[in-house]
Amino acid sequence: MKNSNPEKPFNPETDPLISVKDLQKNFKGLHALNGVSLDIYKGDVVFVVGPSGSGKSTFLRCLNRLEEPSGGEIFFEGVEITDRAVDINKHRQKMGMVFQQFNLFPHMTVLKNMTQAPIKLQHISKAEAEAEARKLLDRVGLLDRENAYPNQLSGGQKQRIAIVRALCMKPDVMLFDEPTSALDPEMVGEVLQVMRGLAEEKMTMVVVTHEMAFAREVASKIVFMADGQILETGTPDEFFNHPKTERLKQFLDKVL
Amino acid sequence: MNFFSAVGEDISNFFTEFGNDFYLNFIKNARWQYLVNGLGVTLKVTLFAVIIGIVLGFLVAIIRSTHDKAGTMTPFLKFVLNVLNFLCNVYLTVIRGTPVLVQLLIIYFVIFASVRIDKSFVAIIAFGVNSGAYVAEIVRGGIMSIDQGQFEAGRSLGFNFAQTMWYIIIPQTFKNVLPALGNEFIVLLKETSVAGYIALEDLTKGGDIIRSQTFSALLPLLAVAAIYLLMVVLLSNLLKILERRLRSSEK
Ligand SMILES: Nc1ncnc2c1ncn2[C@@H]1O[C@H](COP(=O)(O)OP(=O)(O)OP(=O)(O)O)[C@@H](O)[C@H]1O
Ligand SMILES: [Mg+2]
Repeated sequence: MKNSNPEKPFNPETDPLISVKDLQKNFKGLHALNGVSLDIYKGDVVFVVGPSGSGKSTFLRCLNRLEEPSGGEIFFEGVEITDRAVDINKHRQKMGMVFQQFNLFPHMTVLKNMTQAPIKLQHISKAEAEAEARKLLDRVGLLDRENAYPNQLSGGQKQRIAIVRALCMKPDVMLFDEPTSALDPEMVGEVLQVMRGLAEEKMTMVVVTHEMAFAREVASKIVFMADGQILETGTPDEFFNHPKTERLKQFLDKVL
Repeated sequence: MNFFSAVGEDISNFFTEFGNDFYLNFIKNARWQYLVNGLGVTLKVTLFAVIIGIVLGFLVAIIRSTHDKAGTMTPFLKFVLNVLNFLCNVYLTVIRGTPVLVQLLIIYFVIFASVRIDKSFVAIIAFGVNSGAYVAEIVRGGIMSIDQGQFEAGRSLGFNFAQTMWYIIIPQTFKNVLPALGNEFIVLLKETSVAGYIALEDLTKGGDIIRSQTFSALLPLLAVAAIYLLMVVLLSNLLKILERRLRSSEK
């Protein structure tokens, strides 16, 4: 396994948790990502915004190699995970992912959804995994639904379960791809509330979203993407109040 | 002659005749045993062929859909997968392109020609291998119909390809394809009736043996048909109950 800096071991306090270098992704001739570079540090809450088709999802999905990058490098906790020889499954356990469409397993109860991966992959006892799952369920106010099947839950409940399912693996970073876009408006708040809680606990997060107000409130860093590139990176204040590029100004005019 | 007494006579004649026929075909020389033993053979062959069919079918379906979904892998793995996929395609084409009876005869008279072997074993292999090809296509359709997001959710948790298949995709597939699989097995149960061609004494052959001994065709063949029908109706209902059970488990 290659290390970003072979002489020095990875230091989570000073080195970026995720370091993306000149990331490229082509879909049969279409350049979805065109040289994206970004450092994400422990505790960062990075929001990725931009117009539709700008490559936000592709970027996020490259981070855990759900999408296979065409070029460039991604380092996660000091390990180059774009190296083909790396066991990506090991690293994915440390990168939780939440999808727009929830993707709960419909044939499993809530509890099983949450405990299957820890039990099978981290060799935690069933009792221990369930205790941990119940703690998380309690936190998102769904302790009474542990025996429910996903199709018995509302959209907001499903997404909250999807978040705690990922948390059960005790990930070092959480990736969100438009977690509230498939929800009825009245259910958006309950999901954002859970994410807000995670941010307050200093969970490292990368969030693709169209919820600008939420980005302004929670983000430590906002990344603006267009045409497969990062055009601007800044704090919410810099991003909303002092946009530098014309593209971002236009984008903000449209969405605010 | 009185009309009613004539009819009455006809009816009583019919019953006497039926009684005689019944006695001749089923009771005399314990001929019913041909049917009972034949039924046993039919059930045994079907049951084991079903098991082989499921295992083979799922295996082939998984190989083929793995090949289709193939993410990144080492060149060696890719090569192995290509070879396996090619073999699966040959298997599917040959089995689905030829009659099951021809396959049975080839397996018995060609492949196992030089070995003395239990005929029901040959039939199990033949029908199992045949059924596997149809099951494979059913299951592959089932795997393909599972939302890609399920696969991605599994992989994003850290499950490898095989674990994702086993814990997440296959259980959902199984539920989805259960009606089609059940149907396939009902078809298989009936298809085994050609096993008599290799002189296996299954249910159909049992009835035929009675016919050849008593020279009366109606009752033995009717009995055979009735037994098949009963089994098919029973199986269909069992399947419906099972389906309802599976569905209610997530309601
Ligand atoms: N699997 C794929 N095959 C081909 N093209 C793809 C694929 N996935 C994405 N693309 C293309 O890549 C580009 C970037 O897509 P991406 O989904 O990353 O955009 P996005 O910023 O997430 O947009 P949205 O806000 O609509 O979700 C788009 O032009 C899209 O059509
Ligand atoms: Mg997207």
